[in-house]
Amino acid sequence: MTQPFHLEPVPIRMIRCAKTFDGGVRVLDPVDLEIGGGETLVLLGPSGCGKTTLLRLIAGLEWPDAGGRVVFGGEDVTALPIERRNVGMVFQSYALFPNMTVAENVGYGLRVRGIERLERARRVGEMLEMTHIAPLADRRIDQLSGGQRQRVALARALVVRPRVLLLDEPLTALDAKLRDTLRLEIDRLLQDLGITAVYVTHDQAEAMALGDRIVVMSKGRIEQIGTPREIYRNPASPFVAGFVGTMNRLPAEGGGGLLRIGGATLPWSGPMGPVEVMVRPEDLTVEPEAGAEGYTLPARISAAVFLGDRTRLVAETSDGTELTIDTDPHRPFARGDQIRLRIDPSRILSP
Amino acid sequence: MRSRPIAFWLQLGFTLLVCAFLIVPVCLSIMAGITANYFVGIGGGVTLRWIGEVWRLYADTIFLSLRIALACLACTLVLGVPAAYVLARRPGRIARAIEELLVMPVAVPGLATALALIVAYGGFGDFRRSWLFILVGHVLFTLPFMVRSVLAVLCSIDLRMLEEGAASLGARFHQRFFGVVLPNCRSGILAGSLMVLTLSVGEFNLTWLLHTPLTKTLPVGLADSYASLRIEIGSAYTVVFFVIIIPCLVLLQRFGATGRPRTRKAKP
Repeated sequence: MTQPFHLEPVPIRMIRCAKTFDGGVRVLDPVDLEIGGGETLVLLGPSGCGKTTLLRLIAGLEWPDAGGRVVFGGEDVTALPIERRNVGMVFQSYALFPNMTVAENVGYGLRVRGIERLERARRVGEMLEMTHIAPLADRRIDQLSGGQRQRVALARALVVRPRVLLLDEPLTALDAKLRDTLRLEIDRLLQDLGITAVYVTHDQAEAMALGDRIVVMSKGRIEQIGTPREIYRNPASPFVAGFVGTMNRLPAEGGGGLLRIGGATLPWSGPMGPVEVMVRPEDLTVEPEAGAEGYTLPARISAAVFLGDRTRLVAETSDGTELTIDTDPHRPFARGDQIRLRIDPSRILSP
Repeated sequence: MRSRPIAFWLQLGFTLLVCAFLIVPVCLSIMAGITANYFVGIGGGVTLRWIGEVWRLYADTIFLSLRIALACLACTLVLGVPAAYVLARRPGRIARAIEELLVMPVAVPGLATALALIVAYGGFGDFRRSWLFILVGHVLFTLPFMVRSVLAVLCSIDLRMLEEGAASLGARFHQRFFGVVLPNCRSGILAGSLMVLTLSVGEFNLTWLLHTPLTKTLPVGLADSYASLRIEIGSAYTVVFFVIIIPCLVLLQRFGATGRPRTRKAKP
């Protein structure tokens, strides 16, 4: 693999950017967002949450409502259309030109910039090497597989050495295995290039793997901004807790320094009275014996799914609450088994 | 070979019958154009004399028809392709209404359109007498075919996405339009062009009213020759007409059938 060139890390600032479409439909509430130079920021959320609109505002494919501003480095680009912002964009459907070969597609951005032929060929060659598609240079787009098209789209966006790389669900159209491979490659490429990147996805695993920080969005609003660890461990809202990873919710009662969940009691410093506590499937431990009574919660297995690296159990407590538990794949479990669950008090999340 | 059901033979027979009904007059007409004497029949000898006669009498109508057809093509390209582009890019009711209105000259009888043109512009003497008057009629009549044909292709590709892709790479509007939009609707432009040429060369209804004795086109000349000269000359004229129009129709059929010229062969 050729040594990649390094790109100037340009920070992005969005100030009070809102978007209302014709007809008065507001798809994005006013957003303030700072993206550090060289950072990979992932916009995560369900469809219709405004993440693509936010990306298109950064790209210059949409304009913010009056008062909103988009700043690249020291330059206010709010009034510039996309062709004058010098961004690289990878579209969900790739938007490759069917009338051109792979090399012509990759070279297009250089051609419209008036870069002369030899220099163009050199840079296209370098980029094709970097994205492992050099042997496909003379193919037509309709002769490529999905994964190959994705690489062409990436090469085409990067060859112009953009200030910012924008990716709109670039892996959604691919099958699971290819998605994993390409995700790793994109991650490495972004790191190597040091470019500021904004990546839109609805896939939380993709967001965790790629993002330096993740912006979780819902209904046109930002729910939380944080590192993948923060988002996962300290979700700021019930929406984030439910959207990122799997979360169990348990009705509980706080009081007297103790938290009572079903039959279990735990040390507790949280609020008094009835609360809803949240705990991740991997933070529930199945106790081998009916031993330490106090801290454990009795439950009955209603489903056990062997997933290779772990077994996922669904169990029901005595008051009918359903819990999801990830556990040791080597232990056999069967539907109907009575188990006791230990809850690590330090892993309990309360909203 | 498995024996086919009776319905197949009935259908085949009917199809051939319809074909014969349409093709036999064409063959007879061509024959009439190259026989020495129509009333004696093909036995009386074959000659190119009538075709020569047509050339002597009507060469100028043939050239005028070709000139109008090419000028008409140029006009429909310049007007129709950008119009199709705008219609494809604009959603909404106004764009759809314009799209429907564009087809009006096809729906309204040619004679009515021609009359309207004469009523409106007949007073401009020089214009009325020139071949440009016929050109206007032809452009009116053929424009919808160009727009429709280009629009169909533009709607089948993700135009907005392609343009956004090009813009994201720094392409200005004219670079996107000529470098990405036009090449990707080439098949529609080609099909539309052949359609316009064919229709313009063969157009009679409008032209019959719009022409002057000095601006006769091929179909008008053809009607003229059938009405006033020997049937052999009229038929020979038909042969000339076929020579011009059939290659157009064959090409049209080929591009119409493939739609987009290249087939898709994706690997998994």
